[in-house]
Amino acid sequence: MAKIIAGISSSHVPAIGAAIDNKQTEEPYWKRVFSGFEKSKKWMAEAKPDVVIAIYNDHASAFSVEMIPTFALGTAAEFPPADEGWGPRPVPVVKGHPELASHIATSVILDGFDLTIVNKMEVDHGLTVPLNLVFGSPKQWPCPVIPLAVNVVQYPPPTGQRCYDLGKAIRRAVDSFPRDLKVVIFGTGGMSHQISGPRAGLINSKFDKAFLDNLTRNPKALARMPHIEYMREAGAEGIEMVMWLVMRGALDEKVKEVYRFYTVPASNTAVGHIILQNGVGAKKAAAKKAAPKKKAKAKARKAA
Amino acid sequence: MAKAKSKENEYEDIPGTFVFNAERSRQGYGINMFCMSLMKDANRKAFKANEAEYLKQYPLTPEQTDAILKRDYNRMLELGGNIYFTAKLGATDGHSFRHLAAVMTGSTQEDYAAMMLAGGRSVEGNRSKSGKYGKPARGAKPKSAKPKSAKSKSAPKAKSKSSKKRK
Repeated sequence: MAKIIAGISSSHVPAIGAAIDNKQTEEPYWKRVFSGFEKSKKWMAEAKPDVVIAIYNDHASAFSVEMIPTFALGTAAEFPPADEGWGPRPVPVVKGHPELASHIATSVILDGFDLTIVNKMEVDHGLTVPLNLVFGSPKQWPCPVIPLAVNVVQYPPPTGQRCYDLGKAIRRAVDSFPRDLKVVIFGTGGMSHQISGPRAGLINSKFDKAFLDNLTRNPKALARMPHIEYMREAGAEGIEMVMWLVMRGALDEKVKEVYRFYTVPASNTAVGHIILQNGVGAKKAAAKKAAPKKKAKAKARKAA
Repeated sequence: MAKAKSKENEYEDIPGTFVFNAERSRQGYGINMFCMSLMKDANRKAFKANEAEYLKQYPLTPEQTDAILKRDYNRMLELGGNIYFTAKLGATDGHSFRHLAAVMTGSTQEDYAAMMLAGGRSVEGNRSKSGKYGKPARGAKPKSAKPKSAKSKSAPKAKSKSSKKRK
């Protein structure tokens, strides 16, 4: 059976991609950002997922205003990097996993999520920057990636609750896929930022840190946060963070926070990154079984 | 623009922000499709060769055409442009997102870069035009750490000024 082992979230700032492509990662400004992902690269190298499901948004690359799908799942065999006005990024073509992707599409649609199925799509920095951050810059990406594009460009994006629930549906889909696959799910975008209008440059670290805390420990409440709060508190474009809730929905209710990184700024944006691991519930249950002895001993000592 | 009366449009109360909703998307279709055309090098060249002529291919109002020709990025947003699209116009001129952000806030490039390095624009005093939302919202705790820009809640049009102050 396929299994989601962990979820990862990270910002997908285009300037991070440009810094990689222009070999500026060792400059102090950028080193501060990239150093926060060193541990994640090691973690990924050890986790060795068979497939990544990447929740991201397109930035007027594959989808213009001609067509605005709320959720678009890529079921193709490959997804070339898009030309975002400067030529395509020099990153490998993203290979898909058509079997699992089609299975997910079938499963979640029957589960009540009427998503759009995309068999031809170019992917922009929203997808490729997070891949760079955790995989580095290899000649080929180490595993297939299933892109799920979410509309966060035209208001309204799907609600946080809907995103969270979609994550749960994706979890059920993966769980029912009859092949042994280790899956990691990515939520991308955010954190606080506004790049449009006179309020551009807004950053709200308090909000971001509370968001990270709640993402780990209190996702159900976080899912109920309305759009207006993202926009007011975390900037008009901060609303991208709803995509992190798809990732969170696909994980266990209790997760282990393996790693967290936060820095301001990368260009206009607060960079946040978190790794959440599944399976902690099972371990805890096992630990509980073992625990009573210790407690009994402690009690005995106290009594003595 | 409508005041933040109905709950649906309460984001209109956020200062310095043009939310790209269905209404703006409808009005700005021509702006955004024009910007989208700049993804192709041949089109970038044709536009640069004769901007006004090139724009005639798109359904634009005189105000929209004027905003594009003048590179008035805030006006483009107000008239239905979306930043991810208008950024392609910026890229055609050789400008990054950050460059455009500085332009939209009325800062110099240096001032804007310095503000970002110092932690960005504070949300304090920038939540609400009406002053209704001075208090922090759920998910964010009170912000007392950055007192400089923590003006009274009702600093409505002062956001770019207050930001200049804080850097």
